[in-house]
Amino acid sequence: MTYFGIVALVAAKDLRTELRSREQALSLMVFAVLVLVVFNFAFDFTIIDFKTLGPGILWVAFIFSGVLALNHSFRIEREQDRIEGILLAPIDRSAFYLGKVLSTVLFMGTVEAVLVPLSAILFNQSITPRLGLMILALVLNTIGFAAVGTLFAAITTQTRRSEVLLPLLLFPAAVPIALAAVRTTSHILAGRPFARYANWVYMSAAYDLIFIAAAVLLFDYALQE
Amino acid sequence: MKGAGVPPEPAAPSVAARGLVKMYGGFAALDGIDLDIGPGESVLLLGPNGAGKSTFLRLVAMLQRPSGGTLRLWGEDPARADRTALRRRIGLLSHQGFLYDHLTAAENLIFYGRLYGLAMDAGRARKALAEVGLEGRRDDVVRAFSRGMQQRLALARALLHEPEMVLLDEPFTGLDRQGARTLQSMLAARLRGRRTCLMVTHDFEPALPLATRIVILADGRIVLDRPAAGLDAAGLDAIYRRTTDLAVPVPAAS
Repeated sequence: MTYFGIVALVAAKDLRTELRSREQALSLMVFAVLVLVVFNFAFDFTIIDFKTLGPGILWVAFIFSGVLALNHSFRIEREQDRIEGILLAPIDRSAFYLGKVLSTVLFMGTVEAVLVPLSAILFNQSITPRLGLMILALVLNTIGFAAVGTLFAAITTQTRRSEVLLPLLLFPAAVPIALAAVRTTSHILAGRPFARYANWVYMSAAYDLIFIAAAVLLFDYALQE
Repeated sequence: MKGAGVPPEPAAPSVAARGLVKMYGGFAALDGIDLDIGPGESVLLLGPNGAGKSTFLRLVAMLQRPSGGTLRLWGEDPARADRTALRRRIGLLSHQGFLYDHLTAAENLIFYGRLYGLAMDAGRARKALAEVGLEGRRDDVVRAFSRGMQQRLALARALLHEPEMVLLDEPFTGLDRQGARTLQSMLAARLRGRRTCLMVTHDFEPALPLATRIVILADGRIVLDRPAAGLDAAGLDAIYRRTTDLAVPVPAAS
């Protein structure tokens, strides 16, 4: 099987497992919607412009649901030592990594596909005119977060307190992508020209490339004892 | 070109350990193991908890790296050789089946088969399932399976790629007598003489008929290495107790 065939195989296995169990989709969605609702009550959006706080609120929901998705994704592999079944297989382990990144992006993307329109309704915002740029920002920053998150989830998966360790290790490393995500989204919601925030978009793209390349090279070591 | 009178070179042992050491911090789980396992040999590795059995098996499976000494698989050093090629020659059946609960039996086999580069489709999965008596359950999710059925499916998974060496890590754990007998007969049909086998278990009875050699570890060292021929479970139990100093006096009935 080709390298990208293994990537697709791992992602398809995760998606099929989730479609059957529906363990993750429900908890991710409920959590993300609750974040929106709590912030809706916490701030008076008749006074505060949603464009000021909204991007931060959205990315808090996306990032925390991303952490839940990563924890769940590697808990499945940890249970019954399934990760050893993967480690024994004669594959390039970075293909397993990319498969996990792909499934995490798809899980986070599903949450985003529900949450962005929901926030537009809740906070009375129109995102339709800038939908293309909004999707670009979501895709670039979700890939970056999933890339770094999957690497750290793999490193922590064989530790006893992986669910506590993962956010502790991940959040400092994810600060650049979180910052770029919030700034880009903020500019897009405010309807500013692309040139004003192009550097943030380039930064997200560079972060994606650097972390994916580094993780592909390091993943074999990340899974060793 | 080799002359007709030149004897063929003897095949390298499947496993050759020399002074093998594995440290966990300051604790030596393996403390200088010297052990050769020849092609087609079936070694039953016994020992009390913490003796280093599973550690040795994990080193052979290349799931861990040795802290000292050398370990060669078919004459190759896993630290320098193509590990992917070596992994293709090994199958591991553990007490954990590595199966995905929410996938069907066939989907599990197709997933693992493709990881091993096999052209897996529903037909090939069905054939593999038939060999372990699960052809009628191919479309059932694994979480609906009994422990015995899960182990049979795990056996099909472990042997899917026709490995030259099979590692068995407590394969009978959690099985009732009937389940253990079924697994034992399936293993016997697929292993004996055809594949090198290294078994780690506390459960002598179903494992002994599969073994050609007994190795007992204690405190990370080999304390006994002998052929299995002529031994029954009671005899092995007596030897095991004597060698590992585990004989517990039974209180006299009042």
